[in-house]
Amino acid sequence: MAALRPLLATERLSRSFGGLKAVDNVDFCLAEGETRALIGPNGAGKTTLVSLICGRMPASTGRVLLEGRDISRLPAHKRVRQGIAYTFQITSIFANLSVLDNVALAAQRQFLDERSSSRGRVEQISLDALAQVGLAPYALQRAGSLSYGHQRLVEVAMGLALRPRLLILDEPTQGLSDGEIETFIALIRAVGEFTTVLLIEHNMDVVMALAERITVMDQGRVLAEGTRDEIRANPAVQRAYLGSVR
Amino acid sequence: MTPGTKALWVHLCLVVLLFALNFLLPEYHRGILSRVMVLSVFAMGYNLAFGYAGMLSLGHAMFFAAGLYGAGLTAYHLGWSVWPAFGAGFAAGTILAVIAGILALRTKGVAFMIVTLMFAQTFYLATLYFTTYTRGEEGLVLPQSARALSLFGISFSLTDPTVRYMLALVLLALVLFALLLLVRSSFGRALVAIRENEERMRMLGYDVFANKLSALIVSAAVCASAGAAYALLFGYAGSGFASIQYSILPLLWVLLGGAATTLGPIFGTLFMFYAVDITSSYTDAYMVVVGLALILLILYFPKGIAGAIRERWLPWLP
Repeated sequence: MAALRPLLATERLSRSFGGLKAVDNVDFCLAEGETRALIGPNGAGKTTLVSLICGRMPASTGRVLLEGRDISRLPAHKRVRQGIAYTFQITSIFANLSVLDNVALAAQRQFLDERSSSRGRVEQISLDALAQVGLAPYALQRAGSLSYGHQRLVEVAMGLALRPRLLILDEPTQGLSDGEIETFIALIRAVGEFTTVLLIEHNMDVVMALAERITVMDQGRVLAEGTRDEIRANPAVQRAYLGSVR
Repeated sequence: MTPGTKALWVHLCLVVLLFALNFLLPEYHRGILSRVMVLSVFAMGYNLAFGYAGMLSLGHAMFFAAGLYGAGLTAYHLGWSVWPAFGAGFAAGTILAVIAGILALRTKGVAFMIVTLMFAQTFYLATLYFTTYTRGEEGLVLPQSARALSLFGISFSLTDPTVRYMLALVLLALVLFALLLLVRSSFGRALVAIRENEERMRMLGYDVFANKLSALIVSAAVCASAGAAYALLFGYAGSGFASIQYSILPLLWVLLGGAATTLGPIFGTLFMFYAVDITSSYTDAYMVVVGLALILLILYFPKGIAGAIRERWLPWLP
């Protein structure tokens, strides 16, 4: 793993809310191409950490580096353009637009800079992203009329249409049925082939199925980091998160 | 026909209808319609900011009045002819929008309403403070000489009702088609999406602030054009047009006609103008009647006239 160059790194990254240190001096490193899970009990600071990474929230102190370049001062939309895509924990799609238009909003952004007339290409990228998540047959339906599980997939397709280098998924399987989770695992496995994925997830089956490495957070700090087996065997993790050993 | 061409035809038909009405309507109604067309342009500008981009501004009177005074003051005091005076009005509104936008767009929601209202009130009070130049409430009446337009080597007088009507129609048609193009562009679709979910758009890589600022500037430029045209066509610039009433009116016109529809502002302005005109000829308490009509309309057509048409019959209407 150490041989791979890091795509993303944080250095002593912190964020406090009043007296509470939601993220406390976190040094976090993500290699290009890996699929990483970020786990921890509620309130451990997982969502805050990724919010600092993607710029939704400013850090109190510390730095965020993308391929060694300091992006700490970039606003969120510029970080997205550098390749960091974030999919929302609470489904956040445009209910009144068609599924295709939702994804096209993500795809068209990249062409606005080039000023090329590229409606065809935007549509192609959008359709590809929809095909990838298996929603191609629903392209022209109103997004709000889809089932919850499908809406979550629209969210993922919007992330994919950005053609990100780092895809951050915030609790993507929350509220999905078992069957939908199966499909989702297969999807993220395929996406992980060509993109770096950072996954916040509570469902340990999903984590164990997808993540090559796991980072465990507790009370704003990184408690442990390692392969699946290392994490399973780590006594501190068992105490903090897994409760009694399975 | 694709929805796009259908929409284009509807807009063309409306413009042709308005053109024909010039020859069919009696003088009195032709005069009203000229005014309504200019004020509809004001409403269309407001609609871009409020309807499409979701910025509920209570300060658009400032942009209309900036156009009005930019044209009126230069024509009255400096003797500028119609084109440069119009340009001055356009520029005044646009520049004010850049300044007001950069400051006001740091806020949103209620705070945005208050900040825009404050800007507009400051402008209104300024027009009263500089009474020496603006003549305050009494206003400036432009002399005949300031209202001679030369076009293709021919001189027109803006006091002529037909010239006035046709110029108002040209302005309306230009703005209507420009906005039609704009709201269907990727910029227009991004604005609607920002209105619906700002945070999501930011995380899709859109610079929300820059998009909203651009929308506000275009919106103000359109409103200022309407103001400048009003001063030159009707020969009057008074501070009443800068008062809060003229920030609320475009909001009403747009809500009545249908927010985020290209044709709604025209319907709304026309309806409101005639509602006041007709009822006030029967009773002094005409505002009661108009108020009642507004309540009924909002009850039964909450999305406005064009909004209801789009919802019930013509889903492709932009």
